[in-house]
Amino acid sequence: MSEETTATAEMKLPKDLAAEKGLVNVQIDGHWIQVPRGTRMIEAAKMAEKEIPHYCYHPKLSSPGNCRMCLVQMGMPPRPAPGQDPTYGEDGYQEIGWMPRPVIACANTVAENMGIRTTGELVEGFREGVMEFLLINHPLDCPICDQAGECQLQEFSVEHGRGSSRFKEDKIKKPKNVDIGANIRLDDERCIMCSRCIRFMDEVAEDPVLGFSQRGTNTAVTVHPGKRLDNNYALNTADICPVGALTSNDFRFQMRVWFLKETKTIDVNCGTGCNTVVWTRGNEVFRVTPRENNEVNSAWMPDSHRLSFHHLHSDSRLTSPMVKKDGTHHETSWTEAISAAIEGAKNLQPDQIAIIASGRMSNEELFLTRQLATALQTEFLSIVPRNGEPDHKLISADRNPNTIGAQMIWETENASSKLGMIREGVKSGQIKAFFVFGENIVKHAGFSEDDLAQMDHLVSSHILANQTAAASSVILPGAGFAEKRATYVNITGRLQRANQAILPPGNAREDWETLAALLSALDENYTAPASMDGVFKQLATEISTFSGQSFGSIGDLGVKIAETGVTIPLIEQEKARVESGQITG
Amino acid sequence: MATIKVTRPKLTAGEKIYFGSIFKGMIVTLKHAYRSLRGKSVGSKELASSGLGITMQYPEQKWDEHLPEYYRGVPALVTDEQDRERCVSCQLCEFICPPKAIKITPGEIPNKDEWAHVEKRPQSFDIDMIRCIYCGMCEEVCPEQAIYLRPDYVVTGNSRSDMVHDKERLYEIGGKRVGLVNKWNKLK
Repeated sequence: MSEETTATAEMKLPKDLAAEKGLVNVQIDGHWIQVPRGTRMIEAAKMAEKEIPHYCYHPKLSSPGNCRMCLVQMGMPPRPAPGQDPTYGEDGYQEIGWMPRPVIACANTVAENMGIRTTGELVEGFREGVMEFLLINHPLDCPICDQAGECQLQEFSVEHGRGSSRFKEDKIKKPKNVDIGANIRLDDERCIMCSRCIRFMDEVAEDPVLGFSQRGTNTAVTVHPGKRLDNNYALNTADICPVGALTSNDFRFQMRVWFLKETKTIDVNCGTGCNTVVWTRGNEVFRVTPRENNEVNSAWMPDSHRLSFHHLHSDSRLTSPMVKKDGTHHETSWTEAISAAIEGAKNLQPDQIAIIASGRMSNEELFLTRQLATALQTEFLSIVPRNGEPDHKLISADRNPNTIGAQMIWETENASSKLGMIREGVKSGQIKAFFVFGENIVKHAGFSEDDLAQMDHLVSSHILANQTAAASSVILPGAGFAEKRATYVNITGRLQRANQAILPPGNAREDWETLAALLSALDENYTAPASMDGVFKQLATEISTFSGQSFGSIGDLGVKIAETGVTIPLIEQEKARVESGQITG
Repeated sequence: MATIKVTRPKLTAGEKIYFGSIFKGMIVTLKHAYRSLRGKSVGSKELASSGLGITMQYPEQKWDEHLPEYYRGVPALVTDEQDRERCVSCQLCEFICPPKAIKITPGEIPNKDEWAHVEKRPQSFDIDMIRCIYCGMCEEVCPEQAIYLRPDYVVTGNSRSDMVHDKERLYEIGGKRVGLVNKWNKLK
């Protein structure tokens, strides 16, 4: 008896083995693989490392299956006649009966013993046919189209298109260069009617202003009459547009994408810390686009954040350290500026000095700022809170990218709690010197220009010239978000890494170097770390929350180092949609 | 390594006395000298020689009329029948240019412009002629038939900046070119 059971166990069919794990067997281009039940055919092919060309399918959006580009050949075992038992081959699979017609891979799910062919004469034929139809009305716009170089229509027409057109009739003319919103330009002739933008605005941005009008070859994407595509997430439609129908006004005709270098980094405009890619050529940033991270920003980011890189190339950038002499600022060397910064504070008592740091500073900079406070023996150390309206999607109420980091590194409940004390100290005349890092305290921290004027000594570090810099005795130019490697902790307690895409302009330096130089000038025994990684290593050994982490271990997607209990609304919404099977995710 | 012994060829007495060959050569030279003095050197007409030999007296005389059709001189931009800039600043020439001589700043055509529907044209277009190697790849890659290597070959200047051809200079060299593909001007 026991022998028999072993025999049946050995005889177990692949379908039963897979079913035990909730999987199904699928044959993709002749190879059998196991994929979870309910997987879309296109995702199953991706698991088998077979690319199925597609336009309308997007894992974060619903699948209407309207572009027809993902056609594949499918086969199932023939249905047994009544009373007939299915027969299994030597490998344990039933023979597949191939269907001689195509099915779309994006909206169909896999089944047990299913076969998918992503190559072959028949499938190539489907694709060539669809490609030819998509191209009949497409204008020859590539030389002026911003999408050229990252256009899927270009890519697939190289793979599946014809060398020349057979279309002899006149092409349909549609509106071009249409102003449909503050950040987006529409070109209807380029559109291939994939409807990704329409679905994005409806499902993710929840502002359904886009839709199709007309029918047949005259179908065109339009905005609802009387409305505009002015949503703060509108630029994501330009990202997901597989062609150049929707392009960014900001990036319009700035640079061809093939010249741009991509640097994976994160956004620093709010506590969410959207993962981004910064696109640069030479020492100039041309655009910022979101990068997929399902724990932080899905595949999206708000327009207001992606467009806030222009200040990096502003004319008011501080490019050289300056010291104030006889009421005017003079450019000087770093050595002299650092010694002037320390010299001015030497004759003051520790309780006469205050340090105002910023929630926009990185973990490493905040760590060094804390060391600076210890070295100056001052109690007055605070960041400037920066709050705004949350949009209940990706923008958090906390507009500082690193408030959580400041709390962790300074080991305090509220990193800005001392700001009130500092204000009182300034009012009573007790505080006579300020060290300000990365903040314009006139604008954001509630100090007046008169307050700053009465200071004996004011050292400020910022990237732009502002009122605080104007009042400063010593100005130390800093580096912008794309100009330094750094780590930040977002509102959910996720440690993320920002990478350096360009160099700081002129003589400006990365901020950790400035802080380390100040510490070295204060204390002869201080050994400054040789690199950014050195600062982080020191931070990881001294602050328990960061222990065991390194620049390498953070990776491109970051690591969760603490539980803050805060969630990102858009991510929660997406999880619910994946759960209910509306999207693949 | 194997050693191969080479035996010198055996020369005849005539070959050993090489004066014969020298005289032979001198006769050929003298023949050409005589022709040259009479102004009848081979090719002297085609190359517009000054009368003595086939040497062209540059710069009093220039190559200009004698250059073949396919001569590749300086790259220049051309306009079409309606004086429209053919270049739409797609920057493919900038990309392909092996010595990185081309620098383009793309720009948008304002809405009130006659050619607003073309949408894009270069704001600035600089070719550094110190860098240019006259390879003609820019002409080959151009999807708009906007850049051509012209027969001009005299590029001089007193400074590095003189040697950078800007957009204005490039159109001046290139001039108008007709009979090309009409894509934007609705002539077809």
